[in-house]
This record gives sequence, structure tokens and C-alpha cells, in this order.
Amino acid sequence: MAYSERVRETYQQQLGGIKDAGLFKQERFIHSSQAADIEVEFPSGSALKNVINMCANNYLGLSSHPDVIKAAHEGLDTRGYGMSSVRFICGTQDIHRELENKVTEFLGTEDTILFPSCMDANAGVFEAVLTKDDVMISDRLVHASIIDGIRLCAAEHDTFKHSNMDHLEKKLQLHADKRFKIVITDGVFSMDGDTAKLAEMVSLCEQYDAMLFLDDSHASGFIGKTGRGTHEQCGVVGKIDIITTTFGKALGGASGGCVSGRKELVEMCRQRARPYLFSNTVAPVVVSGVLKVLDILSASTERRDKLETNADYWRKGLTEAGFVLKEGDTPIIPVMLFNAKLAQDVSRDLFDEGIYAIGFFFPVVPQGQARIRTQISAGHERHHLDKALEAFIKVGKKYDILGKTKQEIIAKYGK
Amino acid sequence: MEEMKKAILEYIVEEYLEDDDDEITFDSPLISGGIVDSFSMVSLKRFLETKYSISIPDEKATPEAFDTVDSIATVVNEFVS
Ligand SMILES: Cc1ncc(COP(=O)(O)O)c(C=O)c1O
Repeated sequence: MAYSERVRETYQQQLGGIKDAGLFKQERFIHSSQAADIEVEFPSGSALKNVINMCANNYLGLSSHPDVIKAAHEGLDTRGYGMSSVRFICGTQDIHRELENKVTEFLGTEDTILFPSCMDANAGVFEAVLTKDDVMISDRLVHASIIDGIRLCAAEHDTFKHSNMDHLEKKLQLHADKRFKIVITDGVFSMDGDTAKLAEMVSLCEQYDAMLFLDDSHASGFIGKTGRGTHEQCGVVGKIDIITTTFGKALGGASGGCVSGRKELVEMCRQRARPYLFSNTVAPVVVSGVLKVLDILSASTERRDKLETNADYWRKGLTEAGFVLKEGDTPIIPVMLFNAKLAQDVSRDLFDEGIYAIGFFFPVVPQGQARIRTQISAGHERHHLDKALEAFIKVGKKYDILGKTKQEIIAKYGK
Repeated sequence: MEEMKKAILEYIVEEYLEDDDDEITFDSPLISGGIVDSFSMVSLKRFLETKYSISIPDEKATPEAFDTVDSIATVVNEFVS
């Protein structure tokens, strides 16, 4: 037997180490569809508990929207369940191209190509368009999937301090000798909820002849006046060379992602991007659902407006209660606790109070920056937010962190 | 050696530290301490190679070998003639 005791023991020890370090992740089983109110089995085997979900990427509350479900059903009925093929063999239906065109229009770009996920889009795009004579200059807090894509690409890479435009400029000067330069950033940073300085980045890229890459996964559908994304908010629509985004968050929440941008770059992805060439096409039912989502969002800004109001209300409530938050104006609102164990304890106590919000700590966020990341949805009603706030205050009092500064919390609980 | 360590420390402060970070010394754990992530280490390697006109092979530029200013200086010293 090849899976010997020696092999087994090595992995068991490794897993034991993860547990001992308090870093072991456990899933919580949800027995309902995704919404503000969910039914959860946690820990495994316990009775179901009704809780308010404060940590989904369901920003627009469309994950279980009846019109989206209906459209998905229609897609299932008319285009079938699966295609059993990658795109370029026999996996492209009329609706795949229709969706690509709709996304192009929605984002204000030149062309779009679908990927099985945004993780795949990020993993495949750099290798498809860059060579060893180029350089990728990325913000230090970009998403893990971008880091994987950078690792797979032969171009040189460098980083700049988070959102630090002086440092970025220095790096652009340092790499002046490269064939192409591409600056890489998230639109809204998923762990901190802050927004990239896109307008400044566009001018720097113009000044130093660099392309600009934007992952707008946590912005598409709701950031900007009509929800087109960070580039709309920053007034630079049409000036981003590559946008990647996901359909797995605000835009219905099922799965799928895309690369959207300059038409030659999109075409290079169609010819070269490995996750596009070697992984199955997006299922017709998902394509039909996302088409409906874009229709809903193009017809009215009601949902993103409600999300904005909800997020402002929640941020104000937490601030007045005396929590330390990360600055920002997005629906990602991190409650800073700094200590990993404290973040886990607060998360568990919140769950007992009927609030589902997860603690994040190293290595997902930098050491000493543990937090509870709350994410607001247009699916939340005032009563959800009020109940959640009450629970946060109760738990905050228990740990005596309300009205305390960062230094005071660290002095009490350590980093 | 002291001069070299000072230059390396100065570069690290400039390149990696944020304004509200604690001060670091020659033996502060940089990578295991979360100050320099292993992914951003490339610019440090490039700095050393340019400044000391050396070439450090990737297998020598491990996160362990680059974890403190002291250990980085040891690696660099191996290659400066
Ligand atoms: C910024 C960012 N990019 C990409 C992804 C990956 O998206 P997908 O779930 O479509 O693979 C995520 C999701 O976690 C993300 O937060």
C-alpha cells in the first residue's frame, strides 16, 4: 500500500499542528438558501439554529432572488444542465456570448471572456498576455488568486505598499526599462473594505506608460452611482485595461468570473489562458441567472442604493457603540480585535446570540490585525441590523472593548 | 559588516514598513514576523544583488535565510568577493 503509516502520520501531525495553533477551519452547515436569515447546523450534529448572516458576499441580496431563480430554471429547461465541454470545443452556447456582450456593456469595456471562476481568470490572465520582458507591479494586499496568477507568469514581479502612490511611482520609475509594465490592484480590498485610488493610478499609468489591471470582485454590481464598479466611482470608466470580476458574489452568487477589457488582451486570453482552454464551460443555468442579474441592475439602482444606506447605518451604529473599525465606505466593515483568540471568542459568542460573523486572523490578514469582517447586504432589513448591533454591543461589553482604542485592546488581549 | 547591516535595515524600513509599524532591529523576524511577506521578498533580493553586484541563487534566498537582517548579511557576505 502506497499510503503508508509514515505518510499518514506525517499528515496527521501537520493537521495536529494547525489545530494546536488555533488555525483549524471548520465548516458550518447551512440548511437553507443564502439570505439574511439562515438556518445553521454548528457544530456539526447540533440542532439547527436560526441566525442572521453578516458575512456573505451576497451584497445585493440576489443569491436567492425569485426572478434570478426563475431565469435559471428557464436556462435549465431551454439549454440543459451541462455542456460537457470546454468553450472552444463544443461548450459555447449563444447565451455565453450574449453574457460576454452584456458584461462588456455593463463594465464599459471593449470585450469580455468568461472563466469558470474569477480565481481562474486571475490565475490565467497574466501568463496569457505577458512575457519575461515585462513587469507586474502589484499592491501588497491583492487577493490570493492574483498572487497565484503572478506566480504562474514569466514576467518579473514587484510590489508596492498598500495604496501608497509614491511607492508605486518609485516602482514605475525603477522598471522603466521593461517592455510592458502592468499595475495590479483590487478595486475594493476584501479584507479591509477600502477602495483603490484608481484615478491616481490611471494618471500614473498614463505618465509612465503602464497598463492597469483591476480585480473588481467586491465592487461589481454596487460600487459607483449605477453599480458598475470602482472605476465608475473613481471616474475612470474606459481607462482600465483589464478588469476581472466574479459572478460568485453580488452578481447572483452562483459561480463564474471573467476577464473584461482591451479587445486584444481578451482575445489573447481566448487563445492562451489555460483555465479557459482546459476547464469546463460555465453551466447554462448559471449563465441564464447572471443575464437576469444584469437586467435587474441595468433597469434600476434600487438595490445598490439600499445597500449603501444599510452599510452607512451599520457603520454608524458600530462607531457610536465604540468599536474600532477599518476606515472605508463600502459594505465590507471590519471590526478590529487585533488578537486571534479574541476574534474567535467574539465570533462564537455572537453565534450564540444569533449572529453569524466570522473571525479572520493570520495568515488571512497580517499578524496582530485579527478582526470580525462584517458584510452588509441589500437583503438586510433594518430589524436585522438592529438585532445584530444589539448582539455586537452585548458581546463587546462582555469583553470590555467598547470605547477602547487599538492600543488599549492590544494591551488587554495582546496582538 | 556593520555598514552592510545598516544599509539593509534602512532599505527594509523604507520598502516594507508602514508608518504605524514598530521599529525593527538586526534580529527582528521579518518574514516569520509578518513584516515582509515571502511574495514581496523579490524587491529585497533585487536590491541586494544590485547594491553589492552579486547574484544570489534562488535556493539561497529562502524565507529562513532572509528572516533577519543578521542572516541576510550572512548570505550576502558569502557572495561578495
Ligand atoms: C478579490 C477577489 N478576487 C477573486 C476572487 C475569486 O472569485 P471566484 O469565487 O469567482 O473564484 C475572490 C473571492 O474570494 C476575491 O475576493
